[in-house]
Order: sequence, then structure tokens, then C-alpha cells
Amino acid sequence: MFQFDSFDAFLAMAGHGPYVWAAYGVSLTIMAWLALSPLRRQRALLGELRRRLQTQRPRGES
Amino acid sequence: MWQWFHKLGSPRWFYHLSSKFLPWLALASVVLIVTGVVWGLAFAPQDARQGNSFRIIYIHVPASFLALAGYYVMAAAGAVGMIWKIKLADMVMVAAAPLGAALTFIALFTGAIWGKPTWGTYWIWDARITSMLVLLFLYIGIIALSRSFSTRETSARACAILALVGTVNIPIIYKSVDWWYTLHQPATIKLTGAPSMHPDMFKPLLVMILGFYCFYALVLLLNTRTEILQRERRTTWVKELAAGK
Repeated sequence: MFQFDSFDAFLAMAGHGPYVWAAYGVSLTIMAWLALSPLRRQRALLGELRRRLQTQRPRGES
Repeated sequence: MWQWFHKLGSPRWFYHLSSKFLPWLALASVVLIVTGVVWGLAFAPQDARQGNSFRIIYIHVPASFLALAGYYVMAAAGAVGMIWKIKLADMVMVAAAPLGAALTFIALFTGAIWGKPTWGTYWIWDARITSMLVLLFLYIGIIALSRSFSTRETSARACAILALVGTVNIPIIYKSVDWWYTLHQPATIKLTGAPSMHPDMFKPLLVMILGFYCFYALVLLLNTRTEILQRERRTTWVKELAAGK
């Protein structure tokens, strides 16, 4: 059952709103960054490798 | 058995095997954490004494659990890497450090925010909180140490030794609320005996803890895979992988 009378009451959390929302907001942002940053680094690594392979190939074949 | 052991130590094999688990772990973490967050924020009953600030427990407790469990993962990987000279274990250790540091930070941060309306202060040098801060410094120390050597072998051994020495801190954290008089409340969930919590409040917490375990496994795999690509970038299979995409 929904614990609050209205959406505004949900946001306010009877005065504890800033604490609760700050805790959830910061934590979930850090977690999203934790999951996304290795993916970004992998893409950068593979992209860099691919570029290097493409520039090396013509020299190797000639 | 030995063949399996050697296979497990092969970064290439690990990279390909883990690709199969990643989507399922990602799905499980998102579903469990979204369910837990909505349940904990909107549908769990509020605490009689602490009111709505108690809802921070749904982040604070799972993050603290994984911050501690993650330290064991890191130290065990360090020990395996040092004893059997398995490179993959060293990569897991290096992958576990920033993840553990972030979770320890979340545990401390949410604890500080929760402390303000509950105890009237963000921070206090109490045994539980101080030992958690030591844990954060241990994680940060290992990250710094892993980057400060030019040879991988020296760096791996130094990190493994620091990680193993640091494990003495873990039982201190667990027991701090019993050994010292602390402001921090005793454990909500114990392996022995029923949780000191109403089932309506406890169920979303269980969902969040499961979600955090899946999330931990997911990020540990992602970090290990990144480490594998980084260290094996000169091998044929990584070059093929890069060219094939």
C-alpha cells in the first residue's frame, strides 16, 4: 500500500525528504557511473586498438 | 580438474564465458534494485521512531554488506594470485578495489545523512564508523599501490599483501557494535535468529540486498574484462576482437 497521501507528501517525506532523496540520488548516481565507466573504457580501448591495426596493416602488406 | 583450473586462469576463456552472464546479471540487478527502491521508498511502512529517514536503510545496509564482502573477494583474489601465480586472480583483485571503495563511500555517505535526523550529527568518531573509514582507506591504498609500480608482478604482490593484512579490519567492523559502546545500532540482520525488523520492512531490504549482490557481480565482471583487454591488448585474440567489431 502506498504510504503517502499525495505525491507532494511523498516528496516531502514528513520533513525527511532532503535526507532521503540526497542519499538515494547520490548512491544511485555513483552506481550508474560504476556500471557505465568500464563499458566506456572498453569501447575506447577497442577503438584505439582498431585504429592502430588499420594504420599498421597497409605498411605490413606492402 | 587441473585442466579446468588452468582454463579458469585463462583471461581469454574468462572473457568469452563472462559475456554470456553479463546480460542476465544486468537484467537481474536493474529489476531487483528498481523494485527494491520503489518498494522501500513508497510502500514500506515508516519507522515508528525514525519516521521516513529510516528508508535510507535500503541503500545503507546492502552497500555496507557488499563493501565488506567485496573486501574478502579482493583479498582472496590477491592470495590466489600470489600463491598460484594466476594472472586472472590479480586482475580480479585490481577490479574489486574501486568497486569496493565506491560501495564503502556509499555506506559512509548514506550513514552520515541518516545520522543527521536520527542522532543529530552527520559524523561521530564511533567504533563502527571509524573502522568503516579505515576500510575506505584500505581500498584507496590498494588502488594507489596497484598504480605505483612499473612491473605487474611487484605491484600484484604488494597489493595482495596489503589486502591480506587489511582483512583484520573486517571482523573489527562486524564486532564493533558489540565490543564498544557505539551510537551505531546493532546489526539488523543476523545469520542466527530472526531479523529484528517487521516483515513488511524486511522484504524490500532482502530484495535490495539480492539486487546489490547481482550489481556487485556485474560490475566486478565488467571491471575484470576491462582489465583483461588492457593487459592482453597485444595478443592476437584481443586484436581480432577489436578488428571484428
